[in-house]
Parts: sequence; structure tokens; C-alpha cells
Amino acid sequence: MSKVKHIISREYITRVRKKSFIIMTILGPILFAGMMIVPIWLTQLEDSDEKKIVVVEFDHFGRPVPDSLMQFRGVFTEKPLLKFEYHGNLTRMQVEEMAKLPGYFGFLIIKHNVVFSGQNVSVEILAKKQPSLGTELHITRALEEDIKNRKLLTHNVPTRVLQNLHTDVTLVTKKLDKEGFTDQGNQDVKRAVGYISSLMIYMFIFFFGAQVMRGVVEEKTNRIIEVIITSVKPFQLMLGKIVGIGLVGLTQFAAWIVLTIAIVTFAQGFLLQGGLSAEQAQQVPTELFETNDLNREIEQPAADVDVTKVMDMIASINIPKILVMFLFYFLGGYLLYGAMFAAIGSAVDNETDTQQFMLPITIPLIVSIIVMANAISNPSGQVAFWFSMIPFTSPIIMMARSPFDVPQEQIYASMAILIATFILFTWLSGKIYRTGILMYGKKVTFREIIKWMRYK
Amino acid sequence: MSFFEAHNICKQYANQAALSDVSIHVPQGTIYGLLGPNGAGKTTLIRIINRITAPDQGEIYFREKPFRADDIAQIGYLPEERGLYKKMKVGEQALYLSRLKGLSKAEAKERLAYWFEKFEITSWWNKKIEELSKGMAQKVQFIITILHNPELIILDEPFSGFDPVNAKMLKQEVVNLKKQGKTIILSTHDMGSVEELCDNITLINKAETILEGKVSDIRQQYKSNKFELVYSGNESELFQRLNGSYHIEETGKTEEGKNYALITLESDHHGNDILKKAIEVGEIHSFKEVLPSMNEVFIAAVKHTNTQEQ
Repeated sequence: MSKVKHIISREYITRVRKKSFIIMTILGPILFAGMMIVPIWLTQLEDSDEKKIVVVEFDHFGRPVPDSLMQFRGVFTEKPLLKFEYHGNLTRMQVEEMAKLPGYFGFLIIKHNVVFSGQNVSVEILAKKQPSLGTELHITRALEEDIKNRKLLTHNVPTRVLQNLHTDVTLVTKKLDKEGFTDQGNQDVKRAVGYISSLMIYMFIFFFGAQVMRGVVEEKTNRIIEVIITSVKPFQLMLGKIVGIGLVGLTQFAAWIVLTIAIVTFAQGFLLQGGLSAEQAQQVPTELFETNDLNREIEQPAADVDVTKVMDMIASINIPKILVMFLFYFLGGYLLYGAMFAAIGSAVDNETDTQQFMLPITIPLIVSIIVMANAISNPSGQVAFWFSMIPFTSPIIMMARSPFDVPQEQIYASMAILIATFILFTWLSGKIYRTGILMYGKKVTFREIIKWMRYK
Repeated sequence: MSFFEAHNICKQYANQAALSDVSIHVPQGTIYGLLGPNGAGKTTLIRIINRITAPDQGEIYFREKPFRADDIAQIGYLPEERGLYKKMKVGEQALYLSRLKGLSKAEAKERLAYWFEKFEITSWWNKKIEELSKGMAQKVQFIITILHNPELIILDEPFSGFDPVNAKMLKQEVVNLKKQGKTIILSTHDMGSVEELCDNITLINKAETILEGKVSDIRQQYKSNKFELVYSGNESELFQRLNGSYHIEETGKTEEGKNYALITLESDHHGNDILKKAIEVGEIHSFKEVLPSMNEVFIAAVKHTNTQEQ
């Protein structure tokens, strides 16, 4: 057993000391934090200089409208970096000339017939630069709202009614569980957690599984294998390698979490002073798969943040449970795939030959990623259930379901299947590995490998 | 019973015999040569001795007891295809491999210091293997092979890749190990070093033993009644007298300007006959029987079995 310890420590120390590990450990969280911060930062960046938009109106015949007859004065609410001016008595020619001058972002031209020209109307903006999505949405929404009100007014709807016309609706799910129907919390946050944690497991399995394979190929092509095999059993070597590299993965993961938290905290405190609200930070991960939420986010004024609501969202997720599940599925998935990667490494003479054998391993992983989207949108559906039982996909799919209150017995069943499969595959891989590492210069086929499993 | 014995080893790969009925007997404190053409089965036999693969049939005895898995700790093995972790530092690597052999860290460090000093490579400790030349890496690997003080040392082509100076130094180390009572199995194609070092040999060809025994006995066995005569006198007179059952294979001048001749006798004649006749011709400086080199023995034996099969 102490020999396995030496192997584990060598595999661990040589990798942790590598420059590439240190670089990845530092770079990883910067990339992650970047994924969270940069979109917010960018939206702030584009609004960093004040934009002044001049609103100009023309009547039904396309003639300039004097100040006194302007209908859309005050329709557009101002934002800190978006100002509106209203100018009467400007001809089209004058507008085009003025739009070329500095000082103005653009001229918005509204014709009075927009109100009664059917359900699809267009409004021009003469600008030197493309307006941002946020600016566009701000203008069109304000106009849409205003036109709707004007149409209602023609039907004698009282102003008092108009003011109360808009209602925001939030869907609160209360799902049946042991304590009756209980609040399930914010689904977006859960989706984000499920998405990120299963994606991480996928990346870890691929990245560190491939490292196991490369390590085995290296020992084989180096021929150091013959020396080591006279000191330890092949199975011990394989196990030591898989465990050692797994520990490297855990180390990197722990370092990433700590560093990511540190960077995000730092960035919130200094980089985006006051600009980044807790609400926005919370919503960014959601954006990854729900871009249409963008509108809502842009509209939402930062000052409106309800801190207790955010805390509730986070509290609705059982973080310790998810962490435990993450660790389990990370280890289980890695060990299962690591054993298979080791078997492949032992069967080939060099890395370029690994391609044909990689396919059966990569297919279930890629299927997992495809199924994951379904599992997140319908976490208690049939597809999600079955793929979280199949051991080759369960680490990724069960993680995607993990924030959604999966029945305990399903989790246990999935874990048990994963453990059993992992043991079976490590045993089989050990048999392939034992024969493979000493086999040189032979074109190996799948049939050959299956034969190795039967050797005594 | 010898220190290490393998009895009737058979090993079959898919559709081809790698070893059939091969036996070796290695006495303690000797150097045992394992010879044979490429692909004869030497590496398979070495792997079986190292317990890397198991034989299909046959028994192995180590120190007069059936060979057990634990015995591997008493074996040091230098494989033909040398390999070390390229990116790992020399010292760390040596330490790691010797700890896998069961040495404690302190013990391994102490012995490594001794050997690194002896081989004058202490300054390499922090170098990576990829920075070393092939010969340098081989020195490191030799040290690793013997560091755990094994009783049986298996060296597969240990001298290939070395310059003459280092090859000589390594040969000296092998002789030293033998003097310390270690038993060495040497697999090589370098017949010069076999003559120089080995006490006994086994020659394997096409999975079978074709020659086994003491090096001196084998050379006697393969001798062809050949003699070398160095003399001063008339060459043609000598040849006239030696007519008949003598074959003169080669004649010429030695470095000192004396005549020499290589003469082969038919099997029923004796070397003394040459002497008697040569004395009459002139002064004799030396006369000796020429034993075949191991190289010649190797070629003759392999050729013999190959023609027998056809």
C-alpha cells in the first residue's frame, strides 16, 4: 500500500509543480470571473459617455411641427447617461445637417401618423453610430407604451385607468413534497447552478481523464513501465495514477473556488464601484442560456434591488447538499472515465493512435451535454430521470438536476449504480492495462482488447 | 541446486512459441550470459524472470525455493529499452524509483549520494532527464538498477550506447558486483564482453536452447584443431613439410617482422606434429592452439540449427 502512496504522491507533485498547472489555476478563475463580470462591465462601458438624443416630430403631411404642437414631449424617461431633448420647427434638411454635428448622438424622427398606422410602424433615428441594444429597447418600449395609451384614450379610457394598466406577474411554483406544497424558490438561479456545476464536471472528466491517458502513454513510450512493473503491480500503478491525478483535479477545483470568490469580491468592491448591483450579479449566470431576459434586466433600475429577495433566492438552494453531490459525481465520474482512459492509453503506442478508441468514451460525454439542456428545463421528466441513472451520463445529468429537489431515493440509486459500474470498469480496465502496457508495435483492435480482458 | 534455476519454461504467444522448454541454471556469484539472435525469446525469458509475464509451463527456483512474488525485491533489472521520466529531475526520479523498491528515503538518499559521487555525476541531481545525453541517462539508470542492493541483477544490453571509456567503467562495476557475490544475468549481442565477463552462457535460437554451459567449455567444444605458429625461417619450406593433412589457412608477417601461419589439422592429428616439422625449418617463437571466439561459436551454432531445420 505504501508503494501506491509513493505513486500517488509522484503523480500529484509532478503535476502540481508544472507551470501549466499553476498558470491554469490562476487563469481559470480569471476566466470564470471574467465570464461573470465582463458582460456587466461592457454594458457599463458603452454607456460611459453621455448620449444626447434629439426628438423631432413631423405632422401627417411630413411638415415640421412647432414646439407648441409636439405630442411626444416627455415620453422618453431619462437615464443617467441617456438624455432627451425635444426640438420643434426643424425641417428634414435641417435635421440631416444638424445630425452631422458633434454634441448629439442622434435625431429621433417621429411622424404623427405612427399612432394610427396599424400595428407595425417604424420610426427613424439619424445617428453617427449604431445605438446599443439597450438604447434601442428604451426608445421602442417607451414609444410602444405611449402609442398604446393614445389608442386607449381614443376609446375614452380614463387616464386613471391607464396608470394602473400595467401589471408585473411572477410565477411562484409551490411543489408537492413531504411538507405539503412548498415554495421552490427562484428557478433561474437553480438552472444556473445546475448548468454551471454539470458543465464543470464535464470539463473535469475530459481534462483530467485525458491526463490519465497521456500519463499512461508516456510511461509506455518511455519504457519506464518495465522498471516500475518490477516494483509494483500494474493495477497498483494504474490506481495510483488515477488517484494522484484526481487529487490534482480537486486541488485545482478548490483553488479555483477560492480565487474566483476573491476576484469577484475584489472586482465588486473596486473595479465597478457602486455600479454593479447584487441583483445584476445574481442574474448574469442566467443570461448564459436565457438571453431574452436581457430586456428585463436593462429595464430594471439598479436602485430597485430587494436585498432580502436575493438572499431568499440563494437560500432556496441547498448549497451543502449540492457541494456533496458535486464532489461525489466529480469523483465517481472521473474515476469511471479515468479507468477507461487508462485502458486506452495502455493499448496504444503513442498519443496519435488514441483517436479511434476515444470515440466510445467521448460519445456518452457529448450525449450528456446534449441531454443536459433538457434535464435543466424539465428536471423531473423521463429523459432527465433515465440519463441520471445511466452511469456514463449520470455525473453530468444528475448535477444538472441537483438544485431541483430530486427525490432522495433517485440520488441514492444513481450513486449506487455509478459506484458499481466504476468498480466493474476499473477491474476490466486493469485487465486491459496489464496486458496493454507491455504490448508494443502491434496494431490493436477492439477485438484484441476484449481478448485481453479474458486473460488470466 | 543453483542460486537461480528455471526449469522447462514454455511460453506461447497467439500462434507462435516464444520459449519452448528452456532451462537455465545460474550459480551464485557468477555472470551468466543470455545470448541469441534478435527475436529468439531472450526478452520473454527476462520478463518471466522479472515476473512481468508468467510462463505457461515450467518452474522457477530462487535460492533453492520456488520463486515467489516477494523475491522480486531482490532483483535489479536494467531493461534493453531504457526509459525514465523525461521531465523529471534526475535526483527525484532516482529517489522515487528506489522508494518503489522499498528503500526508505534516508537510505535511498545516502546510497544515491555514494553512487553519484562514484560515477562523478553529482552535479546532475537537479537536471531533467531530457537534458542528458543517452549515455548519461543510462548511467543514471544503471545506478537505479543496483541501488536497492539486489542479489540477482539482470542487465539487458547494458553496454550499448556507451563510449569505450564509460563502457569499460561499467564493465568494471559489473565485475565488482560479481566480486561482492552478486549474481548477474547478462543479455547481450556484444560477444567480446561475453568472453570478457561471462562464466556461463545459454544460447537461445528460435525459442529453444541450442547451447549451454561454461564459456571455456563451449569454446573447447567448438574448437576446430586450429593452431597459430610464429617462426623465423623459410616459408615455402615449411609449407612443403606440412603438406597432406595440414591446411594452411592464413600466412603473413607479425608486427616484429616474423612469419606467422594459421594451420588447421584434421581431427586425428595432434598439434605436436606441427611442432616437430616446424622445428626443422627454423626458430619457433610461439605456438598456441586457437580457440574460436564467442562470435564464431555464436554464428556456427545458430547456422547449424537453422540448416538442420531446413
